[in-house]
Amino acid sequence: MSAPLLAIEGLTKRFGGLTAVKDLTLHVERGSIASLIGPNGAGKSTVFNVTTGIYMPSAGSISLDGASLVGRKPFEVAAAGVMRTFQNIRLFAFMSVLENVMVGQQTKMHATPLDDALHTPRAQREEQAVAERARELLEFVGLTSYAHEWARNLPYGMQRRLEIARALGPQPQLLLLDEPAAGANPSEKRDLMALVRSIRDRGVTVLLIEHDMRLVMGISDRVTVLDYGEKISEGEPELVRRDPRVIEAYLGKGA
Amino acid sequence: MERSHSFDRRRVRLPLGFGDVSPLQAAGLVAVIALFAFFPLIDRNAGHISAVADAGYFLLLVFGLNIVVGFAGLLDLGYAAFFAIGAYTYAMVASTQFNLHFNFWPMLFMSACVAALFGLILGAPTLRLRGDYLAIVTLGFGEIVPQVFLNLDKYTGGPNGISNVDQPVFFGYHFGFNPIPYYYLYVVVILIAIVLLNNLKRSRLGRAWMAIREDELAATHMGVNPVTTKLLAFAMGASFAGLAGCIYAAKLTLISPDEFNFSVSVTILSAIVLGGMGSLLGAFIGGLLLALLNFMVLPQITNWTHALGAALHNDAIQNADLHYIIYGLILVLVMLFRPEGLISNASRRAELHHAQPAESAAAAGTE
Repeated sequence: MSAPLLAIEGLTKRFGGLTAVKDLTLHVERGSIASLIGPNGAGKSTVFNVTTGIYMPSAGSISLDGASLVGRKPFEVAAAGVMRTFQNIRLFAFMSVLENVMVGQQTKMHATPLDDALHTPRAQREEQAVAERARELLEFVGLTSYAHEWARNLPYGMQRRLEIARALGPQPQLLLLDEPAAGANPSEKRDLMALVRSIRDRGVTVLLIEHDMRLVMGISDRVTVLDYGEKISEGEPELVRRDPRVIEAYLGKGA
Repeated sequence: MERSHSFDRRRVRLPLGFGDVSPLQAAGLVAVIALFAFFPLIDRNAGHISAVADAGYFLLLVFGLNIVVGFAGLLDLGYAAFFAIGAYTYAMVASTQFNLHFNFWPMLFMSACVAALFGLILGAPTLRLRGDYLAIVTLGFGEIVPQVFLNLDKYTGGPNGISNVDQPVFFGYHFGFNPIPYYYLYVVVILIAIVLLNNLKRSRLGRAWMAIREDELAATHMGVNPVTTKLLAFAMGASFAGLAGCIYAAKLTLISPDEFNFSVSVTILSAIVLGGMGSLLGAFIGGLLLALLNFMVLPQITNWTHALGAALHNDAIQNADLHYIIYGLILVLVMLFRPEGLISNASRRAELHHAQPAESAAAAGTE
C-alpha cells in the first residue's frame, strides 16, 4: 500500500481541562473518499481545525504527502494543497459568486501588488486564467447562471455548493468538507453524493465530516468514528455500521 | 457600474477596464470629464477654482481611506495623521525651516513613501485588532501625530507650523499663488488614482482585501495572507494621504499642526459613508460633494448670515456660525433616507432598509 496522502499520528488537542481529541491516528489514502463521523461534540471539527492551522496540536503530528503541516498558518496550509469548507457556511457575502471562487485561487496567483495596480500584461493573463477556471468550477457545481449574483443572495443549498467550488479553486490535493449535507433535503443529498464522487474523480482526495449515516455509508471508502475525542471504530462502511461500539455511541447502551 | 445585464440594449465599453455602460451614461461621463477639464475657463473666479482645487486633496484622502475602510474593512479613525506626515515631509525639506529646497516632484513621490512607511508602522501592531478596537487605536495614533509635530518645535515650528513652503516649478513654470496649475495637478493625480484604484479593485490584491473585510477566517483558509494583505491596505491607503499632504502644503505654503485634527479624519470617513462604502464612484461623489459643501457652499451661507445680521443690526444672527449645523443636518438627513450611501448595490440597500434581499433575481445575471 502506498503512503497515505494525509497522515495524522497520535493527535491530541486539549482546551484547558477538556480533551477534544485524544491520541487520534487517521490515514487518508490518495484518491479516496474518507469520512469522519461521530455524535455532536465528538471532536470532528477540531480535527479539521488543527489540520488547517487554526489550532496547534497539543501532541502528535500531521503531514500531507510526507511534509508536516504542524505550525503552519491557515493560508500556508491552503498553499500546501489543503482546502476546506465550513460547518456554518462562510462565504464572502458582498462579493459576487464568481469573485468568491476567484479568491479561492489566491495561492495560484503570482502577480505582485505593483502588477495589480498597473494591470500589467502578466496580471491580465493571470486574471483571465483565474476567471476562466472559476467559470469552469461554477459550471461543475451548477452555478453558472448565478456568476454575478452576490453570494449572500443564493439560497442555502447553492451556498454550500459555492463553498465547495471556492475550495476547489486551486485544484487542492485534499478537500475537507465539514458537514456538507447539513440542512439538505433527500434529493439535495443525492446530488451532493454525486458531486463528492465527481470531485474524487477529478483527482481530489476528500475527507468529510458528516452526520448523515446513509450518505456517509454510500460514498465513503473508509469511515472513522470518533466519540468523546477518541477513535472507537475504523474501516470499511459496512463493518463500521455493524460495530457494536458505534451503535452504542450513536444510540446509547441497550439500544 | 461594474455589472453587466444581458437585457440591456446597447453598451459602450469604457477603456482601462472601467466596464460597460449605456450610451447615456457614457455621454454623461464625457460631459463630467469635459466640465472638470475646462472648469477654470468656464468659471474664472479664482476663489472658486481654488476651492475646487482644494476638493482635490480631499478626494485623494477619501480615495486612500476608502482602500483601508471600504475595501479592506479596517476602521481607521486617525487617517489625518498620514495627511499631516505627508505635508510635514515636504514642508520640512522644502522651506526656509532648514533652508532646504528639495524639488517638489521627487518629494511628491517621497511624501507618499514616507506616509506609506508610517502606515506600516501603525498597521503592524494593530493586525490582531478589528472593528471598535482598531478604531480606538487608530484614533490614538491620529491624536499623537499632530501632538508630536506640535511639540517637536525645533524641527516643525511648533504651534506656528512651517511657513514659506516652496511652491512647485514645472519646467520653468512657477505655480505661485495662481490656483489654476494646482487645479490641473490635482485633476491629473486624481485621474491616475482612479485608474490605479480601479485596477486594484479587480485584481488579486483587491479581492484579498474584500475577502478579509467579509470574513477574515474564511479568507485565510482560502490562501489569503492576512498580515501582508492588511499591511498593504494600510500602506497604500496612507500613501494617498502623503501625496495629498505634499500638494496641500505646497499650495497653501503654510502648515500647522491644528489643520490635521480629528475632525479631518471624521470628515473623510463621512465622505466614504455618504458615498457608499467600498465603491469607487461613491467615494468620488461623496468626497466631491462634501468638499464643495465645506469649501464653497457653507462658507458662502455663513457670509450671507453675517450680512443679514449686519443689515438687521442683530448680533446673534451676525455672529452665528451655521457651518457645522447645516453640515451635520445634511449628514443626518442622508443617513436617515439613504443609509447605504449615495452609490451602493441593491442587496446592501435592501439589508439597511430592513427589507428582504432581492430573492435571486439571479437569472438576470447571466452574461
